[in-house]
Amino acid sequence: MSTLASEIVRDTSAITAADLARGGRVSGTIGDITTPDPRMVCRGVNVWYGAKQAIKEVGLDIGKNQVVAMIGPSGCGKSTFLRCLNRMNDTIDGCRVQGSIQLDGQEIYDKRVDPVPLRAQVGMVFQKPNPFPKSIYENVAYGPRIHGLTNSKAELDALVETSLRKAGLWNEVKDRLDQPGTGLSGGQQQRLCIARTIAVSPEVILMDEPCSALDPIATAIIEELIDELREQYAIAIVTHSMQQAARVSQRTAYFHLGDLVEVGETNQIFTNPRHQLTEDYITGRFG
Amino acid sequence: MLVLLAVMALAYHGGRKRAITSAGGAGQISTLHSLPGYYGFYAALWAGIPALLLLGLWLGIQDAVVTGLVKSALPAQTLSGLSDGALGLLLNDVKNLASGSIVGGTVTPEIQAAADHFAQLQRLANWAMWLLVLAAASGGMVLAWGQTKPRMRARNRVESIVMGTMFLCSLIAVLTTLGIILSVLFESLQFFQKIHPADFFLGTLWSPQTAMRTDQVAAAGAFGAVPLFTGTLLISFIAMAVAVPIGLMAAIYLSEYAPRQVRSVAKPLLEILAGIPTVVYGFFAALTLAPVIRAIGESLGLEVASESALAAGLVMGVMIIPFVSSLSDDVINAVPQAMRDGSYALGATQSETIRRVVIPAALPGIVGGILLAVSRAIGETMIVVMAAGLSANLTANPLASVTTVTVQIVTLLTGDQEFDSAKTLAAFALGLTLFLVTLVLNVIALHIVRKYREQYE
Ligand SMILES: Nc1ncnc2c1ncn2[C@@H]1O[C@H](COP(=O)(O)OP(=O)(O)OP(=O)(O)O)[C@@H](O)[C@H]1O
Ligand SMILES: [Mg+2]
Repeated sequence: MSTLASEIVRDTSAITAADLARGGRVSGTIGDITTPDPRMVCRGVNVWYGAKQAIKEVGLDIGKNQVVAMIGPSGCGKSTFLRCLNRMNDTIDGCRVQGSIQLDGQEIYDKRVDPVPLRAQVGMVFQKPNPFPKSIYENVAYGPRIHGLTNSKAELDALVETSLRKAGLWNEVKDRLDQPGTGLSGGQQQRLCIARTIAVSPEVILMDEPCSALDPIATAIIEELIDELREQYAIAIVTHSMQQAARVSQRTAYFHLGDLVEVGETNQIFTNPRHQLTEDYITGRFG
Repeated sequence: MLVLLAVMALAYHGGRKRAITSAGGAGQISTLHSLPGYYGFYAALWAGIPALLLLGLWLGIQDAVVTGLVKSALPAQTLSGLSDGALGLLLNDVKNLASGSIVGGTVTPEIQAAADHFAQLQRLANWAMWLLVLAAASGGMVLAWGQTKPRMRARNRVESIVMGTMFLCSLIAVLTTLGIILSVLFESLQFFQKIHPADFFLGTLWSPQTAMRTDQVAAAGAFGAVPLFTGTLLISFIAMAVAVPIGLMAAIYLSEYAPRQVRSVAKPLLEILAGIPTVVYGFFAALTLAPVIRAIGESLGLEVASESALAAGLVMGVMIIPFVSSLSDDVINAVPQAMRDGSYALGATQSETIRRVVIPAALPGIVGGILLAVSRAIGETMIVVMAAGLSANLTANPLASVTTVTVQIVTLLTGDQEFDSAKTLAAFALGLTLFLVTLVLNVIALHIVRKYREQYE
């Protein structure tokens, strides 16, 4: 199924000295938090909202050409962790992040790193479709315009078209690119938001429950899309649907009350979980 | 009056008590249809409302009836040969005498007698009135008490009475508006019979001096309102040129950049600007700003009138800033955070997000707010009276003295007036025009604002 199939499963005891040096303390996570070809490497991430700690000592790799699913009960810190990966937490008052998060070896919380270009490299799709109140074309062209990615109108047109094609939306909207993006159906809006994200050619795409507002058909289309996008991007997706995690992801991370309890190959997590909490959750004994 | 309140309080207590006893003691309240208090209110309303209505009615007709009685009692020879006007004067004398104040004419014995008669009748009527009102109040109270049974739907009845009262109140507001519109419309029609609408709307000379008496030598009066319209436009334009940029930027700063502490101080402060009486703005404009503008203008070799459109416009602009800023601030805050997050997540900076996502999303609401501010500027009077002058110049020069529609209405109607001269009626025509313009602006603005709200709900 994935490149990880033959990996030996390492316990927390197997975390290397280098990890320790980078992340400080070792978390109690069961399973292998690393991946052979990581795009992002997180170690010992703590997040506080005011005085309240939302996630504790989380370490996880996001691999190239791979989908990592994050599951866990509501309020366990999945969105919080996801938002750390492109510094969206910076926009929240009173939110404090500690630990090491690297993108291609570069520490993203380093003082010298500007979160603005970072977010162009690490794109994000939100739970609720949030197209701008502009035309479909302008929605997709927004990112390339502000980053000056294209030199001519023709290039921009082409970029908009390929982005919409990749998001599987082109055929539905090609005749009405000048109509408002808010006039599309929920599923179409979500695909528009995905198109908007890939138009700036990020390296990593973060998705926070991208299908929770969608019907099964739109969900299926987006899941298919995620599977195709994996060929070019590293993807992290938060979902409440175990089936969805099983369908789209190669690795799964189970969060519980701010702890990353268990990480593993998706197959293994769903068929043979090693931690009691994980087992309870996926067998439905924990809400 | 106090007596009536006392009766109502009594009715309340009695009604409550009876309700409780009729339910079979305090332990049995749940068998009542409504809470005991409602039975009390019901009785109090029955005691109060009919009595009040009676009181009002009585006060309305008492004077006419008593006067009629006195008149018919006057000796026939006093009345003979008197015109209606003289009779009115005579009766006035009688009344004044009865109330003990000084009388214009000589007091004849007949008049003295009539006055005594009047005073006596008046006393009688007062007594009768109070007795009747009290009777009505107690009657209502007893009636309501009699109806107090556990099954009576006191709550529903009280609520429908309260609802009726509220309906009447809202009706008063609506009817007043309607009445004002109709009277203005009617007077304007009269005006347009004297002055042709084309002269009014297209004429460029405004000098509303007409002869008060037919033998007076005076100009025929010119009623070309164009200078007023342009004056209004000029001042409003200057005001908006000040208020829109400043208000908008302040709103953007407050809603997007300002730390919470700054916002919590600055916003109320800005709104205080809206609470300053316009007269204060007016004398600020006339006494402080106008001389400064004049001095600056003269040092540049420009000719500046001591009262200039610029001074009035600038101060009016300052007055309108809070309108623009607080309305824009509201709509900017109403732009969902998800919209901003979407933009940030694409790597947009804060200023790009504001310029390209937040402002366009809020634009309809901002435009609505600006239109409301414009209609406010057009209707503003005090500042212009004090700072912009009265001369109806047809000019686009902001340094000249101009006048506006509202100011002319004020000057037309202050002082001694004759209520059917073209001069006075012109005020109504101006008022109507003003009203229509602001009405249209408000309707458009509200429509835009509402449409904008729907977009995000
Ligand atoms: N902006 C915020 N301010 C304060 N506390 C927050 C904020 N956002 C999240 N939290 C808290 O942090 C914890 C983790 O929240 P988070 O949104 O990451 O959970 P989640 O796993 O995404 O939940 P869900 O599955 O319901 O989306 C929760 O206890 C939440 O109350
Ligand atoms: Mg979440």
